[in-house]
Amino acid sequence: MPDFDLVMYEAEFRRIDEELKKLYHQANAKVVFLVDKNGQLVASAGDSSEIDTTSLASLTAGNIAATGGIARLLGEKEFSILFHEGEKDNIHISLIGHRIILVVIFDNRSSIGLVRLRVKKSTEALAAIFNEITSKSETKKQEKVIDDSPFAEITDEDIDNLFR
Amino acid sequence: MSFINYSSREINCKIVYYGPGLCGKTTNLQHIYRKTNPDQKGKLISLATETERTLFFDFLPLALGDIRGFKVRFHLYTVPGQVFYAASRKLILKGVDGVVFVADSQVERMDANIESVEDLTLNLQEQGYELSKLPFVIQYNKRDLPNAVALEELNRAVNPDGITWFEAVATKGNGVFETLKGVAKLVLMELRKNY
Ligand SMILES: Nc1nc2c(ncn2[C@@H]2O[C@H](COP(=O)(O)OP(=O)(O)OP(=O)(O)O)[C@@H](O)[C@H]2O)c(=O)[nH]1
Ligand SMILES: [Mg+2]
Repeated sequence: MPDFDLVMYEAEFRRIDEELKKLYHQANAKVVFLVDKNGQLVASAGDSSEIDTTSLASLTAGNIAATGGIARLLGEKEFSILFHEGEKDNIHISLIGHRIILVVIFDNRSSIGLVRLRVKKSTEALAAIFNEITSKSETKKQEKVIDDSPFAEITDEDIDNLFR
Repeated sequence: MSFINYSSREINCKIVYYGPGLCGKTTNLQHIYRKTNPDQKGKLISLATETERTLFFDFLPLALGDIRGFKVRFHLYTVPGQVFYAASRKLILKGVDGVVFVADSQVERMDANIESVEDLTLNLQEQGYELSKLPFVIQYNKRDLPNAVALEELNRAVNPDGITWFEAVATKGNGVFETLKGVAKLVLMELRKNY
């Protein structure tokens, strides 16, 4: 496999959550998300009750994938920041390392300058946490010592039950 | 590449429906969407042309239930089958956990089927995957049409390794859930093997 599965544990999840909350406050954002490049929502901060986060995650990943494709056609490695301006809300999308996408949604109570600045700061902190997560799941997987793995014991019956 | 979250006790897996243009990939997702309980599904998102051909992808998130206290989510994607969308197909395959190849049973689509399997194999190879090592099933769709070729012939053309296959009439829903279940099972088995 070209990439390791992303395995997230409680401790790292809490640190990510804290970092996101900080960004949410400091950037005066409406809501902040982390999405993995395959379109899965990893974490969020702020009020996302009005937003279909699953769809947002998948479309954001599609967006990054498409612009990444365009970048390579032009001989660029990647476009690391995307910004879309709406009438009320704006969306700032940026990359953290090579597999995580940071999404900040904000309105006129904030500004692109402030968002950029805060995103830059948070990116370093988040990148460090994700590096730890990656190396942790790598070693655990090699050593086959995933704690209380729910999958080791999956039976055919469990799977059939999903499709009742 | 699954995403396992021990904190929220969730696991997400990505399944991609691949196949030539008009073979019925989007129809598969539409049927699954219609027949799933509202609390088990999200929106069906279709990025399509005016004429309802897939332009980038269809996306349907499904939360079918729990396994050992973990919420199991499948994210279903279709690729655009038309030949000139090759670049988009590659993007959608990124991070795939399981593949359904939907073949069009009509005799005049045999070349398109073969071309599409080759395209799938190459695109996966480019990303370091091997089709034969991936959870992978085949669906022979449009079995209702009079010009459908015999199953043996289809198997000879696109299934030389003899992997699991299903017959389907996606417009009527026949075989659609059997196919999904077939690939989901393989994906979960793969997790059992790795963790
Ligand atoms: N007779 C018959 N028609 C089918 C069947 N499945 C799909 N179709 C029809 O085939 C046409 C194309 O179906 P789609 O699901 O849009 O095909 P697709 O594979 O998503 O095509 P692209 O998006 O271009 O890649 C539609 O008119 C469907 O109604 C089937 O089992 N039998
Ligand atoms: Mg389609």
